[in-house]
Amino acid sequence: MAESTVIHAVQEPELRHHFDDSAQQLHSATLGMWVFLITEVMFFGGMFGAYTVYRNVYPDAFASTSQFMNLTIGAINTAVLIFSSFTMVMAVRSAQLGQKKALIAFLVLTLILGCVFLTLKYVEYHEKWVDHHIPGPWFQYADARYFHQAQILFFLYFAMTGMHAIHMIVGAGMLVTVIVMAARNRFSSAWYTPVEMIGLYWHFVDIIWIFLFPLLYLVGHTK
Amino acid sequence: MTHQVVSVKLYASIFVALLVLTITTVAVSKLDLGEFNFIAAMTIAVIKGTLVAAFFMDLRRATSLTKLIAAAGLFWLAILLALVMSDYGSRGFLPGVHWL
Repeated sequence: MAESTVIHAVQEPELRHHFDDSAQQLHSATLGMWVFLITEVMFFGGMFGAYTVYRNVYPDAFASTSQFMNLTIGAINTAVLIFSSFTMVMAVRSAQLGQKKALIAFLVLTLILGCVFLTLKYVEYHEKWVDHHIPGPWFQYADARYFHQAQILFFLYFAMTGMHAIHMIVGAGMLVTVIVMAARNRFSSAWYTPVEMIGLYWHFVDIIWIFLFPLLYLVGHTK
Repeated sequence: MTHQVVSVKLYASIFVALLVLTITTVAVSKLDLGEFNFIAAMTIAVIKGTLVAAFFMDLRRATSLTKLIAAAGLFWLAILLALVMSDYGSRGFLPGVHWL
């Protein structure tokens, strides 16, 4: 058995000794990542739960806030994130094929798109700041009836998009890490697990946005 | 590595489908369909999320155990939302809910 471990180490340097083979190691990593992602579902789930309750308690106030959401930026950001998910999946594909240059190019492109998203988010937050739409002592609202209730929606808006943005920043940091690893020739077509795991995380953050966009920007848009 | 490499064409079609669905959801939100606006927006979001999970996250080719974990996450989320809403609804806090 010790001998086979040595052979393993020579043939597959990234295979840890407590796994039978690379397939089992990859399965284990994927499963672990998904377990982490469902804890993230629960984390965002609390906020989605709060949103669901207050949207049903104050339906008119929530609908009235839609006109103050920047739908154009929201829609562009949705497209930017979807595009970044596409470049991310292309990065994983390049890693599978052992194409180092394409891998780095797609990872950098994903990172740039993530930064575009965050920049547009900053523009949006700044708009809210200028319009006094940040809940607190300086909050102002066009419709006096909903002064208090609208603050709940804006609070949820900042909590949910803010937590999402923090996840994007963390994702950007991890992208920088894998770009450096790729540049140092750490990956091969036989082992690229970090690229794949960060891909899972990136797509998950995309899915969260896919749900945030209609709930925060499109609800009550017609009213 | 354990899976066959997926063609660029498939990934590109999923990408295009996601963009088309985004445009659709914005377009539908401009129409006044009453309650159906919310249902349509959520249905499109679920379709988009499923496409990303199945193809980009490769859940469709994942092992049964991984699929079970993903399903468990959604099931627990459903418990959270359903029990919270039935609590608020049965106390009469939700103006739109009369059947509880």
